[in-house]
Amino acid sequence: MRYHYFPGCSVLGTGRACEESTQAVIRELGVELKEIDDWNCCGATAYMSVDEHNALALAARNLALAEKEGATQMTTPCSGCYLVLNKTKHYIEEYPAVGNRVKGSLRKAGLNYQGTVRVRHMLDIFVHDVGLDEIKKHVKFPLKDVKVAAYYGCQTVRPYKDFDQQHFPTKIDELCEALGARSVHFPLKTRCCGGSQMGTLPSVAQRLVFAILREAKRQGANLIVSVCPLCHFNLDSYQPEIVRRFGEDVSIPCMYYTQLMGLAFGIDPKTLGLQRNLTWDRCALRKQFAPAAVGA
Amino acid sequence: MDVTTRHIKYQADCDPSFPAAIKKIPGCEKLDSCIQCGTCSGVCPLSIYMDMTPRRVMNLVRYGFKKEVMASNTIWLCSSCYACTVECPREIKVTDIMYALKQMAIREKAYPRRFAMVVLANEFYKMVRSRGRVNEIHLVTRLNLLTNPLKMLGMARLGIELIRRGRFSLRPESVRDPQRIREIMEYPENGNGKEARTQ
Repeated sequence: MRYHYFPGCSVLGTGRACEESTQAVIRELGVELKEIDDWNCCGATAYMSVDEHNALALAARNLALAEKEGATQMTTPCSGCYLVLNKTKHYIEEYPAVGNRVKGSLRKAGLNYQGTVRVRHMLDIFVHDVGLDEIKKHVKFPLKDVKVAAYYGCQTVRPYKDFDQQHFPTKIDELCEALGARSVHFPLKTRCCGGSQMGTLPSVAQRLVFAILREAKRQGANLIVSVCPLCHFNLDSYQPEIVRRFGEDVSIPCMYYTQLMGLAFGIDPKTLGLQRNLTWDRCALRKQFAPAAVGA
Repeated sequence: MDVTTRHIKYQADCDPSFPAAIKKIPGCEKLDSCIQCGTCSGVCPLSIYMDMTPRRVMNLVRYGFKKEVMASNTIWLCSSCYACTVECPREIKVTDIMYALKQMAIREKAYPRRFAMVVLANEFYKMVRSRGRVNEIHLVTRLNLLTNPLKMLGMARLGIELIRRGRFSLRPESVRDPQRIREIMEYPENGNGKEARTQ
């Protein structure tokens, strides 16, 4: 299996662990990722707020670059990038006037857009292309004491339902159970974490995150597993402020689902970038896995 | 309560070119089929913090109450989670309408000064235009300098944690030739008549 890979800007900075764990787990599963040469920012939510044509043209450049490299499928670990790239592809197809204008802009930059590349979420690759049976074969340390609240965030399954249900997605839950963990009932699994509002309007975003953390804890979870670097940042990084502000201990360890996969596969926590998570220091898995992985 | 103080809005004050312009934007064409059921407001995790619910905004847009819509904080609180778009029984892409309204507000500078969401969008836009990629630390620093520099004091704990954990990258990321990025951002000559943006 070979895919063209779009990392996204987040994984070069605050979301480094997302890339580290994804790469480690992908290697273990024998999947090949080829990074798209000279990729650019997808535009995230900010670009679409300023100029629609530029937002679509910017994202489409990545699709055209992948095509130029002969890609048929491209994938990204970030839900924001996944949505923007996928939406761009849909818009170029659904609105010919938009498509022609975007193609015109790309032509000026010497690029040709045909629409032959499929945009896939990394989670989709794991659960559908690799498959849960194959993933189970790689599990060396079943995570029997882990009770996971699987947090999908918004843009993983909305607005496109390419690989999971929209109202109550289950793929991360199934994946975690394949790793030997238990997934708890978690009604807020697709509730928005506030995204970039954590930077612009923290009073509101912290309250959104508070509700997510609190619900996960009250449903009996001892770990929140998330997908997107921005969700992870919001859930993992502001817990001391949130606990202080709302006067309730809602602190709970958070990690990327790829980090949890890596632990079950026996990959060294450092290779998975777990020390980069702010909540890793008080995660029960830390004591359990640091010695185990050394011997593995 | 003196009910006669209620402000009356007149159709004559409305701007019919406003809904017409919005409906022309891809994704916004179904605005008129809104039945005002309120599903968008019900599923929106941010609606309780908005001064107008998304349902109200949909109605005000379609009847041309431009001033009211542009002055509301609703469009800037929208975090693009697409819950409304997925749930709308009339298949209106509410999130895309919010984006269209943001674009219009930015184009016409119809937003409160130093409004953080607008500053973030503009700074993000500029950074990608000049480098092709974003460095989050640079972006957040710019955002705080331009809105509320004192806020950075409160972020010291997080900053130290990120440095300690190797996540505080100051390296400006870039594509090989940022000029290529600027080229694709010019509207092609056979575009829809919009002028190329100059920043």
